Amino acid sequence: MKKTKGFTLTRRAFAYPYVLFLLLFVVVPLVLILLNAFWVDGALSLDNFVEFFSDVTGLKVLENSLIIGFATTLLCLLIGYPTAYFLSKYHASSKVYVLLFILPTWVNFLIRTLSTKAIFLALGIELGMGTVVFGMVYNYLPYMILPLHTAISGIDKSLIEASHDLGANNLETFVKTILPLSWTGILSGITMVFIPSVSTFAISELLSNRQIFLFGDSIQTKFSQNMYGVGSVMSLVMLLLVVLFNLLVNRAGGNDDDVSRSML
Amino acid sequence: MKKDKAKRIFAESYLAIVLAVLYLPILVIIVFSFTNNANFSFANGFTLEAYTSIFTSEKTPALLDALKNTFVLAIVSAVVATILGTFATIGIFYLKPRLKKITLAVNQLPLVNSEIVMAVSLMVFFATFAFPQGWTRLIIAHVSFCTPYVVLSILPRLKQMNSNLYEAALDLGCKPLKALTHVIFPYLSGGIVNGFVMAFTISMDDFIITQINKGQTGIETLSTFIYEDARLKSLEPFWFAVFSIIFIVVMTALLIVNLKKNNAKEG
Repeated sequence: MKKTKGFTLTRRAFAYPYVLFLLLFVVVPLVLILLNAFWVDGALSLDNFVEFFSDVTGLKVLENSLIIGFATTLLCLLIGYPTAYFLSKYHASSKVYVLLFILPTWVNFLIRTLSTKAIFLALGIELGMGTVVFGMVYNYLPYMILPLHTAISGIDKSLIEASHDLGANNLETFVKTILPLSWTGILSGITMVFIPSVSTFAISELLSNRQIFLFGDSIQTKFSQNMYGVGSVMSLVMLLLVVLFNLLVNRAGGNDDDVSRSML
Repeated sequence: MKKDKAKRIFAESYLAIVLAVLYLPILVIIVFSFTNNANFSFANGFTLEAYTSIFTSEKTPALLDALKNTFVLAIVSAVVATILGTFATIGIFYLKPRLKKITLAVNQLPLVNSEIVMAVSLMVFFATFAFPQGWTRLIIAHVSFCTPYVVLSILPRLKQMNSNLYEAALDLGCKPLKALTHVIFPYLSGGIVNGFVMAFTISMDDFIITQINKGQTGIETLSTFIYEDARLKSLEPFWFAVFSIIFIVVMTALLIVNLKKNNAKEG
């Protein structure tokens, strides 16, 4: 018994290198962002905040990014839900068919975005807001379909039958049984699409010929112009958005253990 | 019954349309990789010029170099992340509840955080502490976003493991270290392999974090090289051919792997 206990201690020690690693390369960098935001010329100051929040064009970029993020997420949900639903209903046994919907994400998004752009140009479609949203939906749709499919195909079929037996029609069954039971899938799909699409970098630049500038692009620009202070404030705004959003999702019953983003 | 059939037809058409849109850009690029212009026309007929240009283009050496860098970075990062993550998971599992909870929450950060924020925070960190530019920064950055996936793919296996297995090994005279390598590791092997594959593919696929942390050393990966070359101009036929090859290689590899996995499960 004593021996086991001793080793429990050493086993615990296996975590320490990684704890140190996380502290050093995940926590400290974020603390540095915090410091850079509040620290101006050797003193605490809110100058960077004033600079960001009084800059109308900068705020407009944030507003545009939020709008595009919402639009992308909503469209992905509206297109993705029926896809996931039909897949679970008619192709429950065919894993390969489901796989086909996820496969494009394994090709780097830049390659897919540049291909889409080439086609828009060839068709003479003007690059702008429309093409950016198309590119976003095109890019993130599989990340919505996957968790939805997992959630919907996990619903016990007998619950749906029970609902019918108890006199509910198709619509009632859908609203009162299927939708609530796929709620976690909806939440994790939204998480996987919203944050990346608000802070996306490069897609908007490529698909709008540099006319539409989103929050992710402008954070990058600030840092590349060595404006660390304002850049840090913007990163903090983004970070706050991430935290608020995750709290909201967890509150609504989402599961934050989800790793399906990277799973086939 | 007739109504059911109509519904089914509707559902199948819907799925087919979504699938068609998802694959359209890929298919169009493959089809038009067999012309010698970037205007999506077969005015000059069917030709393999785009493909032969891969052998002659002045871009090819840089492209191959980028490809090599992508692989080296992905392999090194995935190996380090897997080793670090495997030990970490075993350790985390036996941590005191409070510390365990905090560690897992911080482990979650790179997954939920916006990539651009992670990228710039690492850049500021590296600059502040004067880390050498180039591979050091890139490997640390990649390991930091790959390891959480390794931990999360091993943790469920560890939770399922019967702790008596380990104690039985000790009772049978096994030394703790041997029990680790002969009992715990083999039991976790599925999760470890899964974690490695995930780390490798996520590293290969990364663009934002690499782009922002590569610095001025001239190290390009496939995605940063494509970005630098193609973002300002329209795509040249050269890229049509290269993209087609990438599409075909990636898709076939994944289909084969998954079909095998399915067969193994059924068989």
